[in-house]
Amino acid sequence: MRITCPYCGTRDLREFSYRGAASDLERPDAEAPPEEWHAYLHLRDNPAGVTRDLWYHEMGCASWLVVTRNTVTHEILACDLARDVALKAREAKR
Amino acid sequence: MRFSAWQVLKEGLTGNRGWGAHWRDPEPKPAYDVIIIGGGGHGLATAYYLAKEHGITNVAVLEKGYIGGGNVGRNTTIVRANYGLPGNSEFYSHSLKLWEGLEADLNYNVMHSQRGIINLFHSDGARDAAARRGNAMINQGDDAVLLDREGVRAMLPFLDYDNIRFPVYGGLYHARGGTARHDAVAWGFARGADRRGVDLIQNCEVTGIDIEQGRVTGVQTTRGAIKAKKVAMVAAGRSGQVAAMAGMRLPIESHILQAFVTEGLKPCLDTVVTFGMGHFYISQSDKGGLVFGGDLDFYASYAARGNLPQAEHVMEAAMTLMPMIGKARVLRSWGGIMDMSPDGSPIIDTTHIDGLFLNCGWCYGGFKAVPGSGHVTAHLIATGRPHAAATKYRLDRFATGIGLMDEEGTGSQHNLH
Repeated sequence: MRITCPYCGTRDLREFSYRGAASDLERPDAEAPPEEWHAYLHLRDNPAGVTRDLWYHEMGCASWLVVTRNTVTHEILACDLARDVALKAREAKR
Repeated sequence: MRFSAWQVLKEGLTGNRGWGAHWRDPEPKPAYDVIIIGGGGHGLATAYYLAKEHGITNVAVLEKGYIGGGNVGRNTTIVRANYGLPGNSEFYSHSLKLWEGLEADLNYNVMHSQRGIINLFHSDGARDAAARRGNAMINQGDDAVLLDREGVRAMLPFLDYDNIRFPVYGGLYHARGGTARHDAVAWGFARGADRRGVDLIQNCEVTGIDIEQGRVTGVQTTRGAIKAKKVAMVAAGRSGQVAAMAGMRLPIESHILQAFVTEGLKPCLDTVVTFGMGHFYISQSDKGGLVFGGDLDFYASYAARGNLPQAEHVMEAAMTLMPMIGKARVLRSWGGIMDMSPDGSPIIDTTHIDGLFLNCGWCYGGFKAVPGSGHVTAHLIATGRPHAAATKYRLDRFATGIGLMDEEGTGSQHNLH
């Protein structure tokens, strides 16, 4: 598995560390009900197929990345800066 | 047919023509009392104990592939009861006791071998932690012996005792731990369940779970609809997909765990050794192959195969611990799909849907749990109450924060175990 970082290009898997599902970016409000926090912290769609997850380019540019990936084939489909994804989501909310 | 020395002798003298199929291949009936989704070790054991302990024999096990083709055939076959936390401790103790009587109970040779397990430690602090764990095991009624460096050396003379980073200080020895042949465990439970009247239906994938007014009424499958008042989801490795059919999201992330086996060698390792600091463990199979593995690849995956960085890490750990392994050639590697729960402990519980039961989240501990998990899940299905050995495997512990069982002490969020 090699990941194409938007800044560094296609790099070896060992340069990256995995954080978890990209839903980690959708943090509930501090005042949100406990059910919402439970869902955010623990519950996962965990798809067998295309998924989006958060990776950190630790040994490279130190960017947080949203990687679109197939969990059955290990194919990497897209890789975006997590910052861009989060900003776009905030724009969409407005 | 009942297996016995007499039977082996008789068949041997008459050309081995009398051995029949170990289980039937029935067509699914329109309805059952209980449907178990998943014909892996846990599902088969659940069906077996439902029939044996509770007299519930109108049961179907629905398997989308074939018996023994999933995670029950993709592990490293270790059996042990060396847990430290209440909840896990009594459960794995219960499971080990079932293992000890399993072959006689099933009338099947599962090649259960109590060759012992040594968990190595490499510092004073780790020795204290091992002593504490050993005491917890003894308090649970199981066995543990704290070995010093020379005690380990007497059993395992080939380790690198003076490794600059991880010198061997000693090990926690669990003599009743060991290994079993994983396929035979699946086959033995399958045969045992079948002989008691359970229908094992292979090549039958569940495509929907029927729920009416908060009650489960049956399932849709690739071989037609089947009705049942009780349905158990016992599909670790695919738990999320199965639960989604009941509209549930689970606290599970699926990860890949790789394992490796060398060519067959003469006997050289007569116990199981774990090198926790290197995320490495090893045993020798009865066929002679050294069977070993390491940690997760650490990304969500259903691929049943891993990537090379983790393979390299495992080989490095192997060479660090026992340099003699460098002479052996790796024959093959594979991956199992782990249901990783946030606290690293499993879930055996009812759900918010009446008649729907859940057994999942086995992380990397599923194989040794097979008899215990089947036994307590059958109890839950039959009585509606958790078995005394599995009262703490509640699904709601993540929502409430009460009763989390974080055996490693790393936290109770995803990707920490």
